[in-house]
Amino acid sequence: MESTIVKSVDYNAYFGDNRVVKNVNIEIPRNTVIAVMGPSGCGKTTFLRGINRMHELIPNATAKGKILLNNEDVMEMHPIFVRLKIGMVFQRPNPFPNLSIYDNVIAGYKLNGIKLPKAEKDKIVEESLTKVALWKEVKDSLTKKGSFLSGGQQQRLCIARAVAMAPEVLLFDEPTSALDPISTSTVEELFHELKKNYTLIIVTHNMQQAARVSDRTAFFYMGELVEYDETKRMFTNPRDKRTQNYITGRFS
Amino acid sequence: MAETVQMEDQVKYQTVAPAKSLSYASRVKRSYRQIKVESAFKVALVSMGIFMVVLVFGIFLTLVIGSSQSIKTFGISFLWGKKWDAVNDVYGAWPFLAGTLLTSFLALFISIPFSIAVAIFLGEYFPKGWFSELLKNTIELIAAVPSVIYGLWGFLVLVPFVRTIEIKLGIQQQQGWGIFTASLILAVMIIPYAASLGRSVIQMVPSALKEAAYSLGATRWEVIKNVVIPYTKSGLFAGILLSLGRALGETMAVTMLIGNSNDIPKSIFATGNTMASAIALFFGEANDIRRSSLIELGLVLFVITMIINMLGKRVIKRFTN
Repeated sequence: MESTIVKSVDYNAYFGDNRVVKNVNIEIPRNTVIAVMGPSGCGKTTFLRGINRMHELIPNATAKGKILLNNEDVMEMHPIFVRLKIGMVFQRPNPFPNLSIYDNVIAGYKLNGIKLPKAEKDKIVEESLTKVALWKEVKDSLTKKGSFLSGGQQQRLCIARAVAMAPEVLLFDEPTSALDPISTSTVEELFHELKKNYTLIIVTHNMQQAARVSDRTAFFYMGELVEYDETKRMFTNPRDKRTQNYITGRFS
Repeated sequence: MAETVQMEDQVKYQTVAPAKSLSYASRVKRSYRQIKVESAFKVALVSMGIFMVVLVFGIFLTLVIGSSQSIKTFGISFLWGKKWDAVNDVYGAWPFLAGTLLTSFLALFISIPFSIAVAIFLGEYFPKGWFSELLKNTIELIAAVPSVIYGLWGFLVLVPFVRTIEIKLGIQQQQGWGIFTASLILAVMIIPYAASLGRSVIQMVPSALKEAAYSLGATRWEVIKNVVIPYTKSGLFAGILLSLGRALGETMAVTMLIGNSNDIPKSIFATGNTMASAIALFFGEANDIRRSSLIELGLVLFVITMIINMLGKRVIKRFTN
């Protein structure tokens, strides 16, 4: 039996008076890959950023409703703890330019002022980089700055940075849209590996990507969750007219 | 509404139409005139630019020529000559150089926490809102107030205040003015320079980096400490250098509060003089070697502030690249 890890109940997100996410109810099973897709401005990224309370960092942005992580409402928790349990990877690779590859991986510990013994740090760095298939490529240049890596490597470094904090859920905001096709496929392969240990929620513009990597797909349109189903089923037999139109490319 | 649109259309039409109707010959003539205007404009711009450069070099040259008598008499040891003795005509810059450096660095030391705090507040913490707007305008106003006003305020408020401190500390001369009082007023006056540059470099920190840190569970303080400050430190340093350049040259407010003695200051509560205030005070009545020595003071001040400013500019340039 799959157990639910993230569940949203009547979640609404606002920029000022503008409601951009409308009454979203969704249940996300543990150790799955969920693709969130929809046209630009449909609220998919806002919803994603709501899950780890990043949405509220923007001035005037507010949210209502519940987001449950293991049946605990993240809206009631301190955002700091939420973000330790729910990691995030962004659209553009954003390693800290003044830190080495090594320090980038353990940046979360450094930022939170957690002091670890050297041996443990080494272990976290090696494990995290191995999980994102980057260890072999960078193990001899850990002291180099993260910005020396290629775009695809940088993005995997950012995933390693999130993984190092041992979160339960990983959020990806269009993680491959700034990458070339080869780097994209490396990152996509990673998703299959990562879902063994984490639950992945991936916002994507790219329908083929959603079809390739996800177990379930959520389709957002105009701030509403229109359809949420197993990916295969949604792409072969969408229930909603709007989903069908989107998938067949009638609007984008 | 429809009428105005129509009128706009007409206006557009009229501006386009006559140009079209010009004959080829008149168009050539017109262009020829425009080329002439263009080159005259260019000449005017370039000559004004050259004039400014020549002017600054001229100021420098005037200082060098004016101080030649002093340079010949005292040589390089003028810089560390310990006495400014008008009776025996022996002049050394050290009392004023020491006064200048002491007041400037003390002022810098006092002002840094305030200017960095203001920069972080306006650049990162609360960039918008009525209070931020008020604070920003107030800080800008600090730079706009004439320095004689600060001198007056310092005389009326700071001098009695420092005197009370001196009495409490049991210092011998309790006159209330001196190096410390001058540094306090200088500290206020130089805050805007470091604060406004600091604010703009802090606003340049990419939000992607800040979001990365937030997503890893960092608090705002941790983001500021570990992302914003390391990213902007050279810019913040440049702002502090510009503040220093301003402090070194400030004349009026310092002259009114520093106590004006020609001795090397023995403590921060002692009286003294800066180079700028010495020049302002003594120049009117000075002639010959004394006058030349004062001009050399000016030359020293000119060179120091120039170096500090160039250094600051270089750091900013490196930051913005």
